[in-house]
Amino acid sequence: MSILIDQNTKVICQGLTGKQGSFHTEQAMAYGTQMVGGVTPGKGGTEHLGLPVFNTVKQAVAETGATASMIYVPPAFAADSIIEAIDAGIEVITCITEGIPVADMLKVKAVLSRSNAYLIGPNCPGLITPGQEGTGCKIGIMPGHIHLSGRVGIVSRSGTLTYEAVHQTTQNGLGQSTCVGIGGDPIQGMDFIDCLRLFEADPKTEGIILVGEIGGQAEEDAAEFIQQQVTKPVVAYIAGVTAPAGKRMGHAGAIVSGGKGTAEAKFAALQAAGVTVVDSPAEMGTAMLKCLSAK
Amino acid sequence: MNLHEYQAKTLFQKYQIPVPKGQVIESLSELNNALNSVGSDAWVIKAQIHAGARGKAGGVQLVSSPEQAQQVAESLLGSSLATIQTAGKALPINKLLIEETLAIYQEFYLSLLVDRATRKHTFIISAAGGMDIELVAEASPEKILTVSIDPVVGLMPYQCREVAFALGLTGTAFKQLATVMQGLYQLAMAKDVSLLEINPLVLTEQNELIALDAKINIDSNALYRQPELVAMRDISQEDEREAKAADHQLNYIALDGNIGCMVNGAGLAMATMDLIKLNGGEPANFLDVGGGATPDRVAEAFKLILSSSEVKSILVNIFGGIVRCDLIAEGIIQAVKEVGLTIPVVVRLEGTNVELGKQALANSGLSIITADGLAQAAEKVVAVARENQG
Repeated sequence: MSILIDQNTKVICQGLTGKQGSFHTEQAMAYGTQMVGGVTPGKGGTEHLGLPVFNTVKQAVAETGATASMIYVPPAFAADSIIEAIDAGIEVITCITEGIPVADMLKVKAVLSRSNAYLIGPNCPGLITPGQEGTGCKIGIMPGHIHLSGRVGIVSRSGTLTYEAVHQTTQNGLGQSTCVGIGGDPIQGMDFIDCLRLFEADPKTEGIILVGEIGGQAEEDAAEFIQQQVTKPVVAYIAGVTAPAGKRMGHAGAIVSGGKGTAEAKFAALQAAGVTVVDSPAEMGTAMLKCLSAK
Repeated sequence: MNLHEYQAKTLFQKYQIPVPKGQVIESLSELNNALNSVGSDAWVIKAQIHAGARGKAGGVQLVSSPEQAQQVAESLLGSSLATIQTAGKALPINKLLIEETLAIYQEFYLSLLVDRATRKHTFIISAAGGMDIELVAEASPEKILTVSIDPVVGLMPYQCREVAFALGLTGTAFKQLATVMQGLYQLAMAKDVSLLEINPLVLTEQNELIALDAKINIDSNALYRQPELVAMRDISQEDEREAKAADHQLNYIALDGNIGCMVNGAGLAMATMDLIKLNGGEPANFLDVGGGATPDRVAEAFKLILSSSEVKSILVNIFGGIVRCDLIAEGIIQAVKEVGLTIPVVVRLEGTNVELGKQALANSGLSIITADGLAQAAEKVVAVARENQG
């Protein structure tokens, strides 16, 4: 099991023929993801990397039966691509793109709220259900080889910091059920709560690692949700204890403003909700191992 | 990206938002012309810097004669100003806004921003405007009005009326509020505004509304489609190092410590800073070297880190996903040589070909210390900084 995607998921790539789209589609196929086609307006009817290219997402879905899409499209056109995918009935949309204007994402959110589609991102590394030799599904830029199929669900706002959590849980043998990088933007698709809900319902996931950072109230909201609706053990780490106020720390959403969104406040909220919080990013795997061994 | 008060007010005028009569000067020789042009018998002289709380720091002064104006302008223009909002830095004052004075009856607070929680453009308004809005928010949150704008229908007249009634407005001012709010919303949508703040929005004794101050922050992600606004950028107000970093596609923020960091990924970069602190060290900076740790990028990153003379050691923490560690190691070695680095560097690599990468670093003949894992990397760099400090 797993959440959102598995070895049976059929995936298309919007922006397939571009540099990023090509490279990451090749990587996905090497991992065993079922890539079934791509979309580049104007190149419909051609072939790329052995996959059919379509002019529109609707056509791609009609011809291939794809239910997931990964979007490697520049910021100026990315929101349009997301909305096209929603309109075409894609169920799991992953947008890697960093730099989409906030105003565009507000429109995307408005359309998403009227549909059943899941959006992961933007400004994210993607998601992966680990599995060797075609038993997994990788949609994103993460290095497949550091993952191990297993029992910990990981949800994170960061990219490389997620890989740390993955690395630690692979090394200690726990492995991962599904890892979701929800991204670093202030206005995004799935949030922590959406992922926690799915992990709680997933039989394969026994524990959850939550990787947060400064800015916004997502971790505080997650804490409330965990207290009320999550029974599985949760380990959390929050990056940005040393971040100065008012400065955007790389991610558009990682900013402490008006005294709100500090790492301290997030740690406190999560701890109060019964979450095992760790001070050090090097301790996420150890803490989860302890939680699961104690059961 | 921030705009100056005078630039925000120019935009306000385009959107039918009343502002005081005013003129910007860049040199003292322009002062008299501005005083005459503005034409009152008393003026307000305002330092144009990208920060608030100027009044409390002496950056906004009332003058009642051309001689006084000259004195104040002389003392402000060309100097620099630190306020409680500039995080200890003093920003250069290259322009002054000379404005007419107003007969103020009441001061309101008004801001427009995108609320992350509701995902809507939201007005925040209070009858207690002026200098201490932060105190009002803390002490009397019930005095703060919130208006959420539905993106499907936009700002509705009934929403403006609600606010006008709540503020006790009548007559001209009552009608004006709707025009002001609509104008601000249109401006925010057209110019990709992240945050817009008018503190105070003044009700004059003539029962008219005027925006006495104006702060606008533009969504950086939208600059590609706002060339007019890009032309308004004032680099003198930005941290030189941070701006330079951005030019090289590096994300850099200077801090106070002596341990430099270079990391790929913002989350991991913050975590690395935090881990250094946890081990008793003080990070000197945040630096996200991004997805491509090429020799050039790494060299530029080293240079930025070294621009702080405090730095006694550097931690390079790269979790190379798809990029091979041996290539990253080569990049680091090349950069260290190019920059002529003499302080110790601790390198922690993870990912494809990590052993090859570590070997290359060990054999480089440079003072590079390799670390196994995140925890060890932080411990080593803190220890080495301590040694190097004394």
